[in-house]
Amino acid sequence: MGNTPKIEMRGICKAFGKKVVLSGVDLDVGVGESVVIIGGSGTGKSVTLKSILGLLTPDSGTVKVDGENVIGMGAADRERINHQFGMLFQGGALFDSLPVWENVTFGLLAEKRCTREDAPEISIEKLAMVGLNADVAYLMPSELSGGMQKRVGLARAIASDPEIIFFDEPTTGLDPIMADVINDLIVKVSREVGATALSITHDMASARKIADRIAMLYEGKIIWQGPVADIDHSGNEYVDQFINGRAEGPIQMAVRA
Amino acid sequence: MTMNPFQPIGRALLNLFAVIGRISTFAGSGMMHAVRPPYYPRIVLRQMVDIGFYSLPVVGLTAVFAGMVLALQSYTGFSRFSAEGAIANVVVLSITRELGPVLAGLMVAGRIGASLAAEIGTMRVTEQIDALTTLSTNPMKYLVAPRLIAGLTMFPILVLIADIIGVFGGYIVAVYKLGFNGANYMQKTMDFLTFEDVQSGLVKAAVFGFIVALMGCYHGYNSKGGAQGVGMATTNAVVSSCILILCSDYVLTEMFFSK
Ligand SMILES: Nc1ncnc2c1ncn2[C@@H]1O[C@H](COP(=O)(O)OP(=O)(O)OP(=O)(O)O)[C@@H](O)[C@H]1O
Ligand SMILES: [Mg+2]
Repeated sequence: MGNTPKIEMRGICKAFGKKVVLSGVDLDVGVGESVVIIGGSGTGKSVTLKSILGLLTPDSGTVKVDGENVIGMGAADRERINHQFGMLFQGGALFDSLPVWENVTFGLLAEKRCTREDAPEISIEKLAMVGLNADVAYLMPSELSGGMQKRVGLARAIASDPEIIFFDEPTTGLDPIMADVINDLIVKVSREVGATALSITHDMASARKIADRIAMLYEGKIIWQGPVADIDHSGNEYVDQFINGRAEGPIQMAVRA
Repeated sequence: MTMNPFQPIGRALLNLFAVIGRISTFAGSGMMHAVRPPYYPRIVLRQMVDIGFYSLPVVGLTAVFAGMVLALQSYTGFSRFSAEGAIANVVVLSITRELGPVLAGLMVAGRIGASLAAEIGTMRVTEQIDALTTLSTNPMKYLVAPRLIAGLTMFPILVLIADIIGVFGGYIVAVYKLGFNGANYMQKTMDFLTFEDVQSGLVKAAVFGFIVALMGCYHGYNSKGGAQGVGMATTNAVVSSCILILCSDYVLTEMFFSK
């Protein structure tokens, strides 16, 4: 049992109507490992994460968490599994009717791991980790800039010290310096706290920094995966084109001049 | 290609049954979560204030004018014989049995049904409902159950207040416009008022409140797409709760008064 992966995906397929998004995704994430999924816009990276979280049900395939198949499991079991998850949504998905402090401590309050009296104090600590100062805690999400919302979402995702964290484009919309602060934070959470992390990013600098392993999603499948050190000599022309950001290559974007 | 005229009818019927099934499942799950812990008293209370307290002006205005018009209208018919008694009777019966619950229900369906659908629909399309799931919170329990409880409990209270205000509206017109004796009119009103009338109105109110909250939550929860999807959910919530209120009003009236 020693090397059961934390997350094991096999043959995940998902189509929306006629549009096939995933057609057999196989991916493992080891305990304490940090894996980054790269891939073009609209290739189904977010859909992959949501399939693991149970927010979308794949048409076929299995997802195992700690060796236990989570697809089609009952609501109570699903809740138990989801306890160990934290998720940063691509769009932030902050609760716009609640102040920032309550957003950040929402999971802790739901699990009764802190009281409402202590919550603002705790949220200020968590906000400091993502480079936001204390007065932000009492604002509403609509009063924040896009990048600040992203960071509050990040603070919320890591607030309850989850064992498995999903980051959907953690550095998109941040300035380069703040992006690096966030990269450091993700590295800290996964290396020091020992959390398992599965992230999505378009930002290759960020991917190189936070990943132990990189996987590339293309046309519904993982077409390449390997240690981050191998990314520059993957021998895969799709990967080469993607990481170098060239318009010319095997990946054809659906644009006409 | 053969055109079978029954095909579209059959399909529409099947769709209808499918929707009824989905709504029933949704309602059942919402109620189940309402009675099982964990509870969210803070949110229930907030919804009660939103649905109950903030609907008072709209319901009160509707009721007072309904009562006034009733008094005025029935005066034309009854003016020649013992008008006081007849008018008091018409006003108090119509208000408590029908107009109180139905008018309040329709007004609040517009106000509450729309805002519930818009709020929950926005949460759906901005992934806030997904976020709840990842934060150890069941959205049916956190979002839907409190609103169903609030609808179910606050509507009867609203309608009780509407009854009182409506009768008062009738009184104003009868006494200050038609020149009847105030004490006499009140006495007649009390004579005609029965417990059953009020009770049937309040039961109706509870049903309507449940319908409005359910339709708002259901359409919001299942909205798709962006702003347009939320807009559609809002419209559907209001239209379907109005229709369901009128249909169930008939059924409930049959049950109460056709013995
Ligand atoms: N709920 C849904 N209903 C219908 N289609 C969907 C849904 N969610 C995603 N899709 C489709 O699936 C495809 C993949 O979406 P996804 O959000 O996973 O892309 P992505 O790889 O995360 O892209 P990006 O990098 O731009 O975020 C898209 O073409 C999208 O239109
Ligand atoms: Mg995405």
